[in-house]
Amino acid sequence: MTMASRALIVMMTCVLAGLPAHAAGRFALEQAADGIHVHRGQQAESSPENGGDIANIGFIVGKRCTAVIDTGGTAAIGRDLLMAIRQTSRLPICYVINTHVHPDHAFGDSAFKDSGAEFVAHASFPAALAARRGAYQSRLAQTVGDVADGSDIVVPSRVVAADDTLQLDLGGRTIRVQAWPTAHTDHDITVFDEQTATLWTGDLLFVDRIPVIDGKVLGWVKVIERLRALKPAHLIPGHGPINRPFETAFDSEKNYLNDVITKMRSAVEMGRTLQAAVDSDSDSDERAHWILFDDYHRRNLTAAYTELEWE
Amino acid sequence: MSKKWNVGAAPARFLSMICLAAATMLPMAAAAAEAPEASPTAVWPGMRVSLFGTRPINDSAADIVELVAPSRAEDAATVPIGIHTKLVQSPDRYIKKLYLLVDNNPSPLAATFEMTPNSGRADIETRIRIEQYSDVRAVAELNDGSLHMASRFVKASGGCSAPAGKDPKEALRNAGKIKLRTDGPIEAGKPALAQLAVSHPNASGLVLDQVTRLYEPAYFVRKINVSYAGKPVMTADVNFSISENPNFRFYFLPTGEGDLHAEVVDTKDLTFNGDVVVKPDAVAAN
Repeated sequence: MTMASRALIVMMTCVLAGLPAHAAGRFALEQAADGIHVHRGQQAESSPENGGDIANIGFIVGKRCTAVIDTGGTAAIGRDLLMAIRQTSRLPICYVINTHVHPDHAFGDSAFKDSGAEFVAHASFPAALAARRGAYQSRLAQTVGDVADGSDIVVPSRVVAADDTLQLDLGGRTIRVQAWPTAHTDHDITVFDEQTATLWTGDLLFVDRIPVIDGKVLGWVKVIERLRALKPAHLIPGHGPINRPFETAFDSEKNYLNDVITKMRSAVEMGRTLQAAVDSDSDSDERAHWILFDDYHRRNLTAAYTELEWE
Repeated sequence: MSKKWNVGAAPARFLSMICLAAATMLPMAAAAAEAPEASPTAVWPGMRVSLFGTRPINDSAADIVELVAPSRAEDAATVPIGIHTKLVQSPDRYIKKLYLLVDNNPSPLAATFEMTPNSGRADIETRIRIEQYSDVRAVAELNDGSLHMASRFVKASGGCSAPAGKDPKEALRNAGKIKLRTDGPIEAGKPALAQLAVSHPNASGLVLDQVTRLYEPAYFVRKINVSYAGKPVMTADVNFSISENPNFRFYFLPTGEGDLHAEVVDTKDLTFNGDVVVKPDAVAAN
């Protein structure tokens, strides 16, 4: 079955079920590799118009069961994903893997609470969730409106320590969950499907949308090299188009992060204040390369500066 | 609760102010721009009386003190603030104290800095947390007792109850590391710039753990004493309104070879020290 026809079936099913237009019209799936299905979020900020559907999420189907990787920005998106999974396979869902705690990736967890799935995340995920959940929930309602009702992020029942991996058997295919040292956040994990050599990066890779530093920029550029060394045949970023070739897919992100590092390291060495350092890069050449640049660049500079003054 | 509050504000009242947005609540941070504006006058009259009584405050003080702050913060947990002063510190006329106030923060008095003629200039650069849209004020008290104020309205929210840092475990591990350095040329008799950086989580105690329903314990730097050649340069009483990894730039007046010394005390009464030997490159012509 082609990707397009598969997407069409999902959409048709939603229409027949009398679901809201937003669910029917938008919840398309792409197949990244055999048995690996991705719903691509919009390259935008969460808003009432897009219902918080801004991250790449999806699932991997084995012979025994299915693993979900990220669940979307609201419970409604999680339910759409669940329905899409049901259209594809009747096998049980055995794992829900949260690549990190950011709300656009994880608030759909609540749709899978009763699925019987085991929730898997980084060992530092529970602490990050504990600290942020309340603030995330309040903000979610403000950002997307009533569609956020019932959204929640689930505390993992199984965690993977930084620099450790966990093999999960889906029946005839093994996926490797790898936990990383602090990079995009302090609790990033990736999923690698050995059968198809597909790497699901979570937000360790942003394509076309400006990367956001919520961990350590120095750690992130190191992790990028290790991800590239995996030589994946298929690549699913946290945001943006899938299946860019791994040799070059990380280049823009790495160039951007290195540019931020170079500029802020120099500012710290020159004794510039934080404000002066951030102001000094207002005409960055990087602006042309990224969606949402003006929403996050100065914030990234702030994060990098305060990190680099302690390197 | 046994928290230390620098002003007579009731903690309970402010705990109910736990903010709606977390500064590190990526990737939806830009939406913070939609938050309603706080009323800039709600807190100030009472605070003014409790700190300064009925003493007059000059609020057209551009010739004495200027406050530099962004109108909209990139990160509410790390808002750069500059207090720039316009007079030379001399034994006859000098700024003896600076008050840094954030009206709508849980503890509005973020810091006081006591200065001396040995400070050279009473400027301060630091970074603060801002809990919700707020007026930020710098009040300079001269040695003659007169008060002079500069203020800016800053749009930022969630800075105090935002989750601690990007890597809280590492922040706790590194608590107490100190970097003290001078910036730029050192000339005897000319104010010289120094920077004190303290690695410290500076935890506000306002972050609610949603699982345990407990607030993480407050743990922050509360006192800083800086001296040069044994004489006080700057003494600061600060709280969790100062950002994680507190950072201060200030001046001192080098007179010859001497030790610039910083002593930092936190709320566990742990004391951390930093030193740098100051050697003037040249003697300023008088």
